[in-house]
Amino acid sequence: MSERSRPSDYGAESARIVRDDPGMRTSITGAVRSKHEKRQAAWAEIDAEAWRDWARDVKTHVLTHLDRYLPQAEDALLRNGVKVHWAETAAQACDVVTRIAADHGARRVVKAKSMLTEEIGLNESLERAGLEVRETDLGEYIIQLLDEPPSHIVGPSLHRSLEDCRRLFHDRFGTPLDASPETLAATARRILRDDFLQADMGVSGANFLAADTGTIALIENEGNIRISTSIPPVHVAVVGIEKLVPKFEDLAGLIQLTARSATGQAIGNYVSLIQGPRRPGERDGPDEVHVVFVDNGRTRLLADEHAWEVLRCVRCGACLNSCPVYRQTGGHAYGWAYSGPIGAILAPGILGLEAAMPLPFASSLCGACAEVCPVRIPIPELLVYWRERAVEEGLTPTVDGVAMKVWAALAEHPGAFGVASDVVGALPLEGAGRKLPVLRGWMGERAAPVPSPERFLNTSSRKEEGT
Amino acid sequence: MPYSDAASARLSDERGGDAPRSPTRVAFFATCLADRFFADACADAVRILEHLGVAVDVPDGQTCCGQPAYNAGHRAEATRMARQTAKAFAAADHVVLPSGSCAGMIRSFYPSLLRAAKSGAPGLAPRAHELSSFLVHELGVLGPDWRDHEGDPPRIGAGLEGVGVVYHHGCHALRELGVHDEPVALLRACGADVVPWGGDTECCGFGGLFSTKFPEVSSGMADRKLDALPPDIDFVTSADGGCLLQLSGRARHLAREDGAQAPSASPTPRTSNPAPGFVHLATLLRRGLGA
Repeated sequence: MSERSRPSDYGAESARIVRDDPGMRTSITGAVRSKHEKRQAAWAEIDAEAWRDWARDVKTHVLTHLDRYLPQAEDALLRNGVKVHWAETAAQACDVVTRIAADHGARRVVKAKSMLTEEIGLNESLERAGLEVRETDLGEYIIQLLDEPPSHIVGPSLHRSLEDCRRLFHDRFGTPLDASPETLAATARRILRDDFLQADMGVSGANFLAADTGTIALIENEGNIRISTSIPPVHVAVVGIEKLVPKFEDLAGLIQLTARSATGQAIGNYVSLIQGPRRPGERDGPDEVHVVFVDNGRTRLLADEHAWEVLRCVRCGACLNSCPVYRQTGGHAYGWAYSGPIGAILAPGILGLEAAMPLPFASSLCGACAEVCPVRIPIPELLVYWRERAVEEGLTPTVDGVAMKVWAALAEHPGAFGVASDVVGALPLEGAGRKLPVLRGWMGERAAPVPSPERFLNTSSRKEEGT
Repeated sequence: MPYSDAASARLSDERGGDAPRSPTRVAFFATCLADRFFADACADAVRILEHLGVAVDVPDGQTCCGQPAYNAGHRAEATRMARQTAKAFAAADHVVLPSGSCAGMIRSFYPSLLRAAKSGAPGLAPRAHELSSFLVHELGVLGPDWRDHEGDPPRIGAGLEGVGVVYHHGCHALRELGVHDEPVALLRACGADVVPWGGDTECCGFGGLFSTKFPEVSSGMADRKLDALPPDIDFVTSADGGCLLQLSGRARHLAREDGAQAPSASPTPRTSNPAPGFVHLATLLRRGLGA
């Protein structure tokens, strides 16, 4: 899949791919259902609503006071001996990381799983600069071997079945076609171990960064993040400016909430709290730690009085796991790094609305996402908000706008509205439907709706009181 | 249908003699989709209310609540329709709708739409009720402690004895209105066997224009619901006509492709027929109450 899709490709094809591939359908459904069920169980153990309020308030506070917390974080990082860089765009962020690599004569880079580096296309940039980049999260490793983008924020390869992985590892590494998952993991571990030991630089993201202590917090289950950030001589953390939290103490709650939301665990198997490079007398850790703060559209989002709330996102993926729309297409259909409901409201902010089309429309607005969001992002409301913006900016089909204006005009004239409804009732929908603007999309996948013989509002007893 | 004194007496007994004064007059908002595609259900809803001693007005001037425009991002048009609807129902103390999503539209989004439009008719939101919610909370037909009777609700009718039903929770009734137990309790209180249905709170894929913009995604969502239907049920029911159009339209399409007999929407249990009927909640409840 070297031909990567874009948001504008969203639609029929991707839905059919999943529908017609029972293996992929089963993989996606099984994985997200299981994550969702575990999430439900894990949240049932705590005072969920209070925790969500707290998390929302912490993130809202930090986002509305970034002018204070960003300089504070920079000071704390510098005190810790961390080098701090600022990047306004994706390209600048990639340049900064590439330059750090060049400064150290790095050739091999190991990467901890990071959605931000997917967002900015860091791997491609580093590879263009001649570096060897190795993803070390097992899921990321699998899709890197397959040359695919991640299909899920937390489970990047969850669209792939065990069978797919067996075949892949058989072709690449000669493992038996019936190898157990443990054998596959052990094979990856053996190969990755060499990569870790030979790496000149480790690149990670950050789940959170405490402004008061400059602590970089990373949550994981496999241990590869800890190794990627401690064995290579240089560690670069690429951090979205929205990842700040005010205080070190805030990390405790947010780390738990993220784990409970993402996988239903009380806490990730590994939590790394990175406080800077190796100090004199310490045996482990990199010689240098860099933090690259990335904006890439975030301040633009922050300035928007509605859309800014998306910046609270902790990238737990719970909204994907609960989303019946995501389940139909998997994540690749969304055509960029972040998929599912959160991807659909992040895309207009980060890619620009026009490039994000039609993602804000790719939702039935069922609201299952908002129900599970640990930081209470009003996802359906933001989807509608971006739809309104798309209409304002002329990014939706003209025929839609005309139809809505006609509809509204009719609705203001009940007599005419009734006549129009009578006409719909009289049309041979099953035959004519395929030629009508709205019904055309309905037909083909569904039988035409069957109108009642007579409208309720036309029935005689009602007529007497009426028009 | 004539109003039944016996039923009324029984219901008020079960409500308790000192039950808070319940509404005696409501306005009925048919909603454009139900008016066109579920006319019987509209009539059934009115009949239920009258049967329970409530006078029902059907005001002129009612058309569309504006939900399709609102959800598609056409806020200006949605506002015009909200204003029209608020005007049509300005005089009503209570507005009852046979649609969870239209009631949700009014309750959740009219306040901001109408404030923006500086309309002179504020406050429709708290007066709008989805039918089952109105019956349980405003009329109190199941009594004040209805939630304590889980599994063994007070009986208010026998017309659904032996009828196997699954209930589809429309997303907006569920998540915007918080209506979950009410319709199921009402069905049970009429004798229905409400059968568990995996994913009954999961979206059917209708989503208004979503169903026509992304038909493959939308119909795949319906398939998951249909695939999970328990065997030997008589009806799939819901408080939302849109969801029923989606599920029945997809079921008939698949049946057509399979060459099987298409299920009908006739409100008659057909225990011998493996394909269930898709019928509006109001239609089942009317039958259940013998209204």
